[in-house]
Amino acid sequence: MINISLETGLLLAGILFFMGFLGVMVRRNVIFMLMSVEVMLNAAGIAFVMAGSHWHQPDGQVMFIFILTMAAAEVSVGLAILLQLHKHYKSLDADAANKMKG
Amino acid sequence: MMDWLWTIPALPFAGFLILALFGKQLSRKVVAWTGSLSTGLSALITIIVGISFLTNPPGGHVFKQILWSWIEVGSFSPEITLYLDSLSLVFMFVITFVGFLIHLYSTGFMVEEEGYARFFSYMNLFVGSMLLLVMAGNLVFLYLGWEAVGLCSYLLIGFWYKNPDNGYAARKAFIVTRIGDTLMAIGLFLLFDQFGTLQIQEILTRFPAEVAEGSPFAVATAIMLLGGAVGKSAQLPLQVWLPDAMAGPSPVSALIHAATMVTAGVYLIARTFVIFQMAPVAQTIVAIVGAVTLLLAGFSALTQRDIKRVLAYSTISQIGYMFLALGVGAWSAAVFHFMTHAFFKALLFLGAGVVIMHLHHEHNMFKMGGLRKSMPFTFWVFLIGSASLAALPLITAGFYSKDIILWYAWAAEGSHELFWLAGILGSLLTAVYTSRMVFITFFGEIKTEPHGKTALSIKIPLIVLAVLSLIGGFINFPGNFGDMQWLSGFLANNLPEAHAAVHDKGIETLFQVISAVLVLLGIYLAYLLYLKRNVDEQFSKKGIYHYWFSGWGFDYVYEVLVIKPVVWLSKIDEHDFIEYFYTGIARFHMFWHVLFSKLQTGKIRWYAMGIATGAIVAIIVLVFS
Amino acid sequence: MVLVWLIVILMGAGLLAWMAGRYNAMWPRFIALVALLVGFFMSIGLWITGTPTIEAGNGGEWIQHFQSDWIPRFGIQFHLAMDGLSLMLVILTMFLGLIAVLASWKEITHRTGFFHFNLLWVLAGITGVFLAMDLFLFYFFWEVMLIPMYFLIGIWGHEKRIDASYKFFIFTQAGGLLMFISILALYFIHGDATGNYTYNYLVIAENFPGTRAAPWIMAGFLIAFLIKLPAVPVHSWLPAAHTQAPTAGSVILAGLLLKTGAYGLFRFIIPLFPEASEAFAPAAMILGIIGIMYGAKLAYAQTDLKRLVAYTSISHMGFILIGIYSFNSLAFQGAFMQVIAHGISTGALFMIAGAIQDRLHTRDLNKMGGLWSIAPRMGGVTLVFVLASLGLPGMGNFVAEFMTLVGAFQVYPVYTIIAAMGLIVYAIYALYIMQKVFFGRKPEAVKMKDFSVREMIMGLSMAAIIIWLGFFPNNVLRTSQPTIDKMQENIREYRQTKELGGIKAFKPDHESEAGIQLTKKSE
Repeated sequence: MINISLETGLLLAGILFFMGFLGVMVRRNVIFMLMSVEVMLNAAGIAFVMAGSHWHQPDGQVMFIFILTMAAAEVSVGLAILLQLHKHYKSLDADAANKMKG
Repeated sequence: MMDWLWTIPALPFAGFLILALFGKQLSRKVVAWTGSLSTGLSALITIIVGISFLTNPPGGHVFKQILWSWIEVGSFSPEITLYLDSLSLVFMFVITFVGFLIHLYSTGFMVEEEGYARFFSYMNLFVGSMLLLVMAGNLVFLYLGWEAVGLCSYLLIGFWYKNPDNGYAARKAFIVTRIGDTLMAIGLFLLFDQFGTLQIQEILTRFPAEVAEGSPFAVATAIMLLGGAVGKSAQLPLQVWLPDAMAGPSPVSALIHAATMVTAGVYLIARTFVIFQMAPVAQTIVAIVGAVTLLLAGFSALTQRDIKRVLAYSTISQIGYMFLALGVGAWSAAVFHFMTHAFFKALLFLGAGVVIMHLHHEHNMFKMGGLRKSMPFTFWVFLIGSASLAALPLITAGFYSKDIILWYAWAAEGSHELFWLAGILGSLLTAVYTSRMVFITFFGEIKTEPHGKTALSIKIPLIVLAVLSLIGGFINFPGNFGDMQWLSGFLANNLPEAHAAVHDKGIETLFQVISAVLVLLGIYLAYLLYLKRNVDEQFSKKGIYHYWFSGWGFDYVYEVLVIKPVVWLSKIDEHDFIEYFYTGIARFHMFWHVLFSKLQTGKIRWYAMGIATGAIVAIIVLVFS
Repeated sequence: MVLVWLIVILMGAGLLAWMAGRYNAMWPRFIALVALLVGFFMSIGLWITGTPTIEAGNGGEWIQHFQSDWIPRFGIQFHLAMDGLSLMLVILTMFLGLIAVLASWKEITHRTGFFHFNLLWVLAGITGVFLAMDLFLFYFFWEVMLIPMYFLIGIWGHEKRIDASYKFFIFTQAGGLLMFISILALYFIHGDATGNYTYNYLVIAENFPGTRAAPWIMAGFLIAFLIKLPAVPVHSWLPAAHTQAPTAGSVILAGLLLKTGAYGLFRFIIPLFPEASEAFAPAAMILGIIGIMYGAKLAYAQTDLKRLVAYTSISHMGFILIGIYSFNSLAFQGAFMQVIAHGISTGALFMIAGAIQDRLHTRDLNKMGGLWSIAPRMGGVTLVFVLASLGLPGMGNFVAEFMTLVGAFQVYPVYTIIAAMGLIVYAIYALYIMQKVFFGRKPEAVKMKDFSVREMIMGLSMAAIIIWLGFFPNNVLRTSQPTIDKMQENIREYRQTKELGGIKAFKPDHESEAGIQLTKKSE
């Protein structure tokens, strides 16, 4: 088993999180935004798992399972919104839905 | 019979109510009957009551009828009280009797007008209100009649409401007199503050005991009451409304000038004479106002071209005489002149109405002329009225009443020679402008051919009034004619007699001769100026003539000093500057609202950015603090 | 119990009207009419039979009284009482309510159910305000009358109704909240001092000490009432609301809502804070004069008929301020009479203005003129109320204004003379209305129907009342006299204690408890 240091793992998690964040900020297509959010969530999951294995605690993996379920719920809601968005605006551009503009 | 007193004002009011509520449904005949019968009956009852008052005078020559308690709060308890004494009886007689004649005349005169019922309802209301004014036993109730008279004048002057000018004249009449009314109201506040009551008789009896003669309170009260009188009686400086009041139909002018309204001021001062006695300064002011007004109005009358405006200015001038009499303490002389003036002025207005009616509503005298031949009846009655107005010696009523005033203007205690001079000059002026009016209208060449016939209902009142204009003066002869002052004697029961400082019958006769000569001179002068030559054409646009023509420019002064600033003020602030303050608050919040709502882009990524930035800032703060 | 019924009938009928409105547009009108007729005759019955014999707390002599616990934990009671003052105002409420229903009979065609619900609830709130003797309950009713009014203006109003309804709501609510703070202050100060935490007005009025906070507490009440009245710097909501409201709304606003402000001054300000009121009196006089003059001036400048009438209301309310702050019974009675007479005369003017707008679809005076020739009945009725508005003797308004001025003159002669000048200005704007609407030349295009029978019934009944008030004001004055006397007595008492150098001391607790026990006066 390859021994990976905590720092490396957290660095990976950080990079992944940042990439996901960048995706959410930059992409206008809602599908890609959702995917980016998934990436961010999984980055957080990696951080949990890394920390769990570092301290030899099961909590990290428990949290990861929790994140998985939450991500599933989030995706289902997100996709539902996406369908509605497509139905109303005939596009998947998130900026098209700016009815709340002040 | 005295218990019927309340029906005297009640009848015209009943007529008013019937005509106002059901006038539309009634035929013209019924309207005419209701309108004139109500005042006629009222006149009849007045005469009956008057006879019983004369034959069987109640104690103190005063009869009171308390109808109901009006307002009752603590000591403020004015009642609806009718008060009958010699002063109010004379006024009531003139109001109802002359009022009735004018109603009778109107049944024929107004027959082709629309709003026949409306006209008679207002006329009835007018007579009823004036009756309340002279019969009121307390000042608040008097004030009710006082204001209601103003209202009726407003309604009747603006009777032909479709012409905005008439509406303007009507409002002018109401608002100008309202200024006086308000002053009078302030006088009432003063009186109540001092005496705790507004019962006229109680105030009059307590006044000399509780208020020092010439004290500021007495003077202030008298001046305030004078303010009210000046407004209603069209004296300086509130006389401007009366000439414009000619916008109404002729019977209305007759009613306003003869029986009601303008004589209210004379009545008020005579009624509250004690207050004026206790404030000699104010009483002198009354005389000055009268003297100045009679001259100014006389000059204005000299230059008018509208026959009714001549009469209007003559009324102002004649009321000036009454004020002069009041001011020198000749109370009964003022009342006497009021009575004869009512007869001949009603006659003149009604006669002028006939002329105007037959000349297609032409008011301009210079388009009349030569009517002596084509309208002989009207000419003769008009001539009688004019002679009485000009105070033609011995045979006219006007002579006797004016003579007493002139005599007391000279002879009364506290009078001044200047008052007499003004009066005598005024009587010369009166003779000139009256003759001018007659000459221009009835002599010379015919300019417009009259049409139509005069109805009997129009003729009868004219005849009655003409007779009264001649013989009405015989109830009170001058002192040097012998002991024949029946009216003064009757009024002396309730009004003090004038005190003459001079008792020389020779001088009195001399003065009578002087004024008689002046009157004849005036008629001759008018003959020279207006019949032989046409002075009006030469001067009509020039200098002082124009100035007189416009009533000494009072209208202009008020326009500039009062009306323009008020209108200007209301126009610049139409939208209420306080509103700007609240609008300002709203704008302030609106500004920030607009600014902050820019942050609300509606874009999800913008919000995500916001969250991220916030998170980063929070982390930085946590880490580095 | 009658008092509770008065309110419950209105509220119940309101709910019923709302329900019925779903099925038929006509039913709500009849329900409202019947409910108000019942209320009207009940209150008239109280006037005829009721004698002021019940003593409750700090007195006044009460005609009816009702008291039960509401939220006992905070000392809040459902406590209603009626004396002559509130009796007359309740009758006025019911009467103007009837007028309002009749005036909107043809005018309101959409959502009649909800309309009449709001109408009846406003009236219920107003009735409650006039009857409540518990400060919390008073505040509750104060709000009850506010919100339905907001809907009335906002839903059924004219072109700028939204702005107007906001303005109305914000102004009144701001005042109401300040008043609530003052009510709480009274509650706690009184409670801390006596240990008896209660909102009972009668108890507080009996025991409230002249603390140093009194002027501030008064200010809270005062601002609320001055906004409602309204007095000049805070009048800004009124022209907008009156102009934009539907006819019924304008009638109720002018005839009743404004009067709650006057009632508040009578009921709360003067009895609770005699010292602070006396200090405030000169300022109130000046406010009153400014109101009279400025309101009349603005009225004259308007070209919008309803706005003109709205400004005249501001002007007439100045007389109420002057009357109340003169502290003598003549002026008090004058101010009270003004409340009644102005309620009717201005209600009538708004009714007429609404009728004209309904026919001509404009309120612009310049587009009217000469209407007398086609609508003489309307002209005649208008004339009566225009004359009432300018204070012609023989109308109730004259009695009111004259009494106010006579009373005030004894205390503040100079101010009174200036105020009396208002009478001249009134003549100017009042005749301006007549001239612009009914006299002069009629524009060719203008065509309209004269008053219908329904409108004549409304107009003539109001005209009859205003003239009746002008000639027989005693009937009303006698009813309010005991309350006014009581106020007068309180002021005298206060002045005496002040002369003796002491401020009103607290009474022991048990005495005040005994005070609120109901006792029939021995006969």
